[in-house]
Amino acid sequence: MRSERVVENLNRALGGLLDADPNTYLLGEDLADPYGGAFKATKGLSSRYPGQVLSTPISESAVVGVAGGLALAGNKAIVEVMFSDFVTLAFDQIVNFASKSVTMYGQWVPIRLIVRCPTGGRRGYGPTHSQSLQKHFMGVPGLSLYELSPFRDSLATFHEMIASGGPCLFFEDKVLYTSRMYLNGVVDDLFSFDHLDARGTVARVWADDGDDPDCVLICPGGLVHRAVSAARSMLIEDELTCQILVPAKLYPFDFEPVLPLLRQSRLICVVEDSTAGGTWGADLAHAIHGLLWGRLGRPVRLVHARDSVIPAAAHLERSVLVQDSTIRRAVKESLANA
Amino acid sequence: MSEHDLERLLLIRHFENKLLELFEQGRLHGTTHTCLGQEYIPVALGALLKAGDHVFSNHRGHGHYLARFDDPDGLLAEIMGRSGAVCGGVGGSQHILRDRFLSTGVQGESLPVAAGVALHLKRRSPGEVALVHIGDGTWGQGVVYETLNIARLWSLPLLVVVENNKIAQSTEVSAHMAGTIADRAAAFDIGYHFCDSILPDVIRAELGPLVRKVRETPMPLIVEFDTYRVGPHSKGDDTRDRVALRRAADHDWYVRFRQAMPERFGAVDRRQRTRVAAVADAVAARPLSGGSNAF
Repeated sequence: MRSERVVENLNRALGGLLDADPNTYLLGEDLADPYGGAFKATKGLSSRYPGQVLSTPISESAVVGVAGGLALAGNKAIVEVMFSDFVTLAFDQIVNFASKSVTMYGQWVPIRLIVRCPTGGRRGYGPTHSQSLQKHFMGVPGLSLYELSPFRDSLATFHEMIASGGPCLFFEDKVLYTSRMYLNGVVDDLFSFDHLDARGTVARVWADDGDDPDCVLICPGGLVHRAVSAARSMLIEDELTCQILVPAKLYPFDFEPVLPLLRQSRLICVVEDSTAGGTWGADLAHAIHGLLWGRLGRPVRLVHARDSVIPAAAHLERSVLVQDSTIRRAVKESLANA
Repeated sequence: MSEHDLERLLLIRHFENKLLELFEQGRLHGTTHTCLGQEYIPVALGALLKAGDHVFSNHRGHGHYLARFDDPDGLLAEIMGRSGAVCGGVGGSQHILRDRFLSTGVQGESLPVAAGVALHLKRRSPGEVALVHIGDGTWGQGVVYETLNIARLWSLPLLVVVENNKIAQSTEVSAHMAGTIADRAAAFDIGYHFCDSILPDVIRAELGPLVRKVRETPMPLIVEFDTYRVGPHSKGDDTRDRVALRRAADHDWYVRFRQAMPERFGAVDRRQRTRVAAVADAVAARPLSGGSNAF
């Protein structure tokens, strides 16, 4: 039997949360049946949990604020922002209310708020419906960033976010929705996966489980297919071994489970879809340089989108966003430089 | 007027005056926004609220806090960063959380949060309301309109109290608001009441039945108070001309109540002035607040 699609897994996770606790709410635009959300992640949920799943007006700021109020009153609140680009409209509520309220009153105030952000391009939606805005939310005290992964049951990630007691953004790559979850350690005929920690927060993909890979790619869930494709080409055509690390939690980043592998690699490369400048990868690279200074053979390599808006036309969009070929070229270039 | 109302009004007045005095003496750090002239609004509303109701306050929130909690000590310690502070000195003047009272410093930000709490109350403890204080200037924020729309659509027990002091920091209402608040309420099909009394008992008599409807229906309500800011927006930053300042001073409840009941007023006035002075001396002598383990 084929594994479920990522969006089906997500839907099941959301249903599980709503089912387990009647004080869990899910709010957003066009969530209710029969529509079931722009990407169908909420399909069936408003029928099963009518009082808990609320379709809202087009009002991102107020909707995240209402969810913040529900969380303040002790509930668990999940918001779906239809396209992550629109989360900018709720920036004040996320940064100045939900995140700060956890600590700014001189006492620990739990705010169990998750803002789901369908993110990324490669669907031709153009400059205001294709962005990856993770970097804009880094370094906000009290705020954690997570990303959907085909290697981890979303319910586990939701439980982790809720247990944190603070607000979280959950970035969900839109192309990933329709792909399949990876199960039983199998990625494809060449590649396998496992997890570096018991909770499954960091997945590792490899073809050759040996020590000393030529490269470790660190990438969020949305980059997995491109990273695996790049690793495959490099293995077959360039005889380079890559291992891929896929963390479910992007920020704050926990280096402990990944450090042993990073120490052994000739090259560390961080891959993401955000535009150039002030990236997640830059933050990770700085930390890795500090942690492994003196052991690194070369600087951490960053791969990200160009400093550009994301065009609508497919050929133009491809020229801006990270492709498997972009990753392969960057890795080979860095390894060629001693 | 009850003794309790008069005591509370004058507590807030002397608290705010003391803050301005401490600032002048260079003994306060940061900023503050006093509610001089507007104290009667939270004092009047206090008697209409139940323990389970939530109050959301804003940058001009000392009166809102002191009307709910007889705690000038904790609030001044918060503002001065001394031990005994309500929020460990982390929040300061405009970020206070205590039980079901919360203030925060961004205009309009707490309105949807209050709506979320109102949704919770509607589901879990019907009959309780979320009251949110905003000003005339707050109507410049888009999230206010987003929230009113949702509050009406979802029939939330949300009581929006607009303290229209006709000036947003330094910008007069004629320069920052087209149309009226009443018409805005009508546009959302939300109940609206205009209140120009400064007498707590009159205000309660007017609002009592309306607030009951907010609880029992439930349904949002907008109450607009015609009020005057007697003092500066913050400290020493009042650019109004003499005519405008005169008009505000003429509406000051302090002057009116003193004229109406000189002896009774004088006694309470002295008592609260002395009380606040003693609180200020005591708080200033305390060690700095330890902050908190949370932040």
